[in-house]
Amino acid sequence: MRARSKLPNIFLGAVTAVLYLPIILIVLYSFNASKLSSIWEGFSLKWYTALFRDQALFAALGNSLVLALAASLAAAVVGTLGAYGFTKVRTRSRKVVEYLTMLPIMIPEIILGMVFMVTFALIGLPFGMTTLILAHTTFCIPYVYMLVKARLVGMDQSIPEAARDLGASEVRVFFDITLPMLMPAILSGMLLSFAMSFDDVIISIFVTGVNVNTLPIRIYTQLKTGVTPEINALCTLMLAVTLLLGGAAWALRRVPRMGKRTGIRGLSR
Amino acid sequence: MLRRERRSGLWLTLVPLYIFTLLLVVGPLIYMVVLSFQTRAEVWGVVNQFTLDNYKNILQPAYLSTFVQSLKLALVSTLCIVAVGYPFGYYMAKLSQKWKKRMLLLLMLPFWTSSLIRLYGWIIIFRSNGTLDKLLMGLGLTKEPLKLLYTYPAVVVGMVYILLPFMIFAVYSSAEKLDWSLIEAARDLGATPLQAFFTVTLKLTLPGLLSGVILTFIPSMGLFFIADILGGNKVVLVGTLIQEQLMKTHNWPFAAALSVVLMVLMMLMIALYRRISHAETLEGMQ
Repeated sequence: MRARSKLPNIFLGAVTAVLYLPIILIVLYSFNASKLSSIWEGFSLKWYTALFRDQALFAALGNSLVLALAASLAAAVVGTLGAYGFTKVRTRSRKVVEYLTMLPIMIPEIILGMVFMVTFALIGLPFGMTTLILAHTTFCIPYVYMLVKARLVGMDQSIPEAARDLGASEVRVFFDITLPMLMPAILSGMLLSFAMSFDDVIISIFVTGVNVNTLPIRIYTQLKTGVTPEINALCTLMLAVTLLLGGAAWALRRVPRMGKRTGIRGLSR
Repeated sequence: MLRRERRSGLWLTLVPLYIFTLLLVVGPLIYMVVLSFQTRAEVWGVVNQFTLDNYKNILQPAYLSTFVQSLKLALVSTLCIVAVGYPFGYYMAKLSQKWKKRMLLLLMLPFWTSSLIRLYGWIIIFRSNGTLDKLLMGLGLTKEPLKLLYTYPAVVVGMVYILLPFMIFAVYSSAEKLDWSLIEAARDLGATPLQAFFTVTLKLTLPGLLSGVILTFIPSMGLFFIADILGGNKVVLVGTLIQEQLMKTHNWPFAAALSVVLMVLMMLMIALYRRISHAETLEGMQ
């Protein structure tokens, strides 16, 4: 039943190549000596040096990092506690609340951004880092919730039960047993949240203050007004960081498998 | 059992989730609906006076044409995404385990880089005398620069580029669960490959396809930054309109009315999806 012709594979390869084409071009042109991206004038690192002198850009980068970190941490706490709580406490509102909690990743971002903006204005919350963190946390919670819930469903309940029978308190069971077992799901939820928050343009534009720029907002305004090859250099660096982090995550993923192979029980989940 | 749970204070774990969901999801959405029926103040702000004008406003030719244009663009983009994403997800599900994993990783990787930056890559390709022009002129296919940047096709490419992975994942997760023996059975019983595809494969992967359509169609009306960056100010989306009404014209009730219409459209699509697929969550969302 395997594909008889090579056509499907050529199709898959071609589409993937097109998906990577813009990224490859950006990396290439970040080393271009010319200011015009249509002419190649030889290898140069001058855009990287220009990049490191750009104070405003670094401020935006710092804001984005703080924001993504705060939002993914807050989402991890709220999402994990919520998913755990729903397995323990039976309430009639569960289905409805679960559905409503997932709404932020189903609603188009433009609507979410608009409702956040008008609501914060209604409450009188000053626009800035606080509003950004609140908004980002709200749309990050579903990712953590979804992944932790899936993990809880597949979890062996006999271990926490055994601990309860042996006299451990509910709190102790949670921190000593459930939480470590949930950690992979929480971490991947946080990673996803971080990426989503770090990349968000639409919601951020609506809820940011006058003098708080995030990196995507800064790039967006530059793309609209006029681009310097600095952006290419920045993109390349960010890509490198992403690859490094991705590689690290990939390597970490392998640890439990090594445990399985060597037969060390504690390591294989 | 239940009483022990109550006393143990476990319900406290749910408090943060309830607070966030009620205060930052439910409350704001209700406020959006309320706002859409309120009147805009003379200079700044909103007057608490019931009106239907905001909805009537949408029917004005200028705004209505934006809505229709935006729907058209979403339709064209979604069709392109289906045309590429469906076979992609389908063939991907047929790959060996090892290659499936590799393809998933390859598709996920660009996801982790800024979408704005990836769009900038398309500016390099499309701009006059850019990569595409050089290639085509080099091959002797065209004589002059095509001037593709800031055109309608450029925006469609941008939409397809950003939203394609959602379709691929949705179709893939549907096709992965497919029982291939059913197709073989259909073939053994004398169905042509095409017949087998339409009667078996397509039917069984329909939930994935539909979920992909929802995940691409609705967002493509809101992603104003794609239209902005690749279309200049020539292509205006509902999303562009909402943003302008909020930040430039400061007509918040009208922006709210536009959002409500978009939201209702989305809910109708999801309801239709549930009808057809009997599934609770959208395929490929996990």
